[in-house]
Amino acid sequence: MSPSEARVTHPEVAPVHVLAPATELVRAERAGVSYGDTPVLAGVDLTLRAGDFVGVVGPSGAGKTTLLRLLLGTQRPTTGTVRRAPGVRVGYVPQLETVSWNFPVTVGECVLMARSGRLLPWPSRAERADVAAVLERLGIGHLVDRHIRELSGGQQQRMFLARALLRDPQMLLLDEPTSGIDVATRHDMLHLLGHLHDDGMTIVLTTHDLNGVAAHVPDLVALHGTVVRRGAPLDVMTSEVLEQTFGAPMDVLQHLGMPVVLDRHAPGRPHGA
Amino acid sequence: MLETFLEPFAYDFFVKAVVVATLAGALCGLVGVYVILRGMSYIGHGLSHAIFGGFAASSVIGVSYVLGAGIWGFASALAINRVSRSHRIGADAAIGVITTASFALGVALLTVFGNRGPSFDAALFGSILGISSTDVWTLVAVSVLTVGVVASRYRALLFATFDPEVADVSGVRVARTDALLMLVLSLAILSTLSVIGVTLVAATLVIPAVVARMLTHRFATMLWLSTAIGAVCGLVGMNLSYHLDVPSGTTIVLTGASLFVVVLTLTGVGRLGRTQTRSGTPAVL
Ligand SMILES: Nc1ncnc2c1ncn2[C@@H]1O[C@H](COP(=O)(O)OP(=O)(O)O)[C@@H](O)[C@H]1O
Ligand SMILES: [Mg+2]
Repeated sequence: MSPSEARVTHPEVAPVHVLAPATELVRAERAGVSYGDTPVLAGVDLTLRAGDFVGVVGPSGAGKTTLLRLLLGTQRPTTGTVRRAPGVRVGYVPQLETVSWNFPVTVGECVLMARSGRLLPWPSRAERADVAAVLERLGIGHLVDRHIRELSGGQQQRMFLARALLRDPQMLLLDEPTSGIDVATRHDMLHLLGHLHDDGMTIVLTTHDLNGVAAHVPDLVALHGTVVRRGAPLDVMTSEVLEQTFGAPMDVLQHLGMPVVLDRHAPGRPHGA
Repeated sequence: MLETFLEPFAYDFFVKAVVVATLAGALCGLVGVYVILRGMSYIGHGLSHAIFGGFAASSVIGVSYVLGAGIWGFASALAINRVSRSHRIGADAAIGVITTASFALGVALLTVFGNRGPSFDAALFGSILGISSTDVWTLVAVSVLTVGVVASRYRALLFATFDPEVADVSGVRVARTDALLMLVLSLAILSTLSVIGVTLVAATLVIPAVVARMLTHRFATMLWLSTAIGAVCGLVGMNLSYHLDVPSGTTIVLTGASLFVVVLTLTGVGRLGRTQTRSGTPAVL
């Protein structure tokens, strides 16, 4: 299925945004992606259902972004198949590193891009109210006229989340939404995503940073060129799986029933970026 | 002083030339915003050379240059856009060969059949003379079309320029939007070629947009500011062209360049970094 077939023009008002639970949204079978001769992903089997809340964990270069592109349909598998349910409204929050920060747009202009159907350049009164509401909900309402570069990492993440939410997505994909933000903000972000999931949104996020995900995301995928393991945090965050995924020995302790990862990185060795 | 300034306005041809130059400058300023933000400053250069071939060929054969050069230019624009988006190595060299060969063909045709087409200097650097009514109406039509496209596809164009991948999954038809922009760009180049000249069109696309970018970080503001700066450069440049007796493209570009220097001095070199695109080079280099 091509991306254009899966696209849907949606009405501006009152969309039914909750899909029947367990409806299959994306199914990847033996899917692989190579850039030139270099395989990035191989033999990926992964099914996403409506109502899933999935965290993809893996080191930098594991193919997390590529996996999201496969799920979105902007990247075709070079081997295997990826089938996507047609007509699903998708919101995408890109990895901050891939954004062109010199681009002249304000926060408000950036968020409004989500409503591309309008035939006039300036926002309608309703659109202005929608933008204000979603920014307010995410706590960045006062930043609407700032240039996108003037925001902190956490505010930038929330701005792109606002843009995605303005389309009232059924499925929300976020690439490293907890990168470049401090611990408290990271907690807020994951908490917020939990709320959206409670409201019926299907969510997939990636992270190279294990701390915090286990407590917030019920379903993890350990990725390193392929799916190493998928399951509940306690099944995925084991030293065996993590060592296979991150290629470094790690100890896993339990604290209040949650897995806590201690990496045994040599001092001075940088974390993946 | 004022008399000297007003004197040429008694001539019909000059009034026409000033109107055309102002409109041409505004049009290039508007379209140029997308050109520099997409990091495709070289596309204006390549396209104008490609279009020149079609332009010369159609004027020698005697068919409408709007058709001949327009189709050729649009085809080249689509090809160049495709290449710049696919990042395929070697393809930019192919584009370089095609646009340069097209330009060379145009030069050869004009040299052999020089009496039938526009003069050499006029084609290369723009001319204040010989602006026909067809030129004027073509430019007006293209300007109206461009404003229509930019206004009605405003957010789709912005989104596809800012982040094509996310735009694609957010319901923007990116390929179609890009094609529309390429159409507008080729028509803009085509319709301003006679006033500004092949070799200088690229500069009139880039300079107003770069200056506008140094003055604002809001997209909507940049669009109208760049349009206004383009118009002023066209207006001032055309007057200078008459008084200094220098080809109009030259004076229009030099007016823009002076403005650039003034703004650079006032805002500081740091602002230039703003025009840097993803590909890493500032738009003016
Ligand atoms: N467009 C591309 N062309 C070539 N190689 C790429 C491209 N995109 C990603 N890669 C390579 O694929 C690998 C996986 O990338 P990515 O999916 O971004 O991993 P992650 O998001 O987990 O860091 C990396 O080694 C990266 O260099
Ligand atoms: Mg990534």
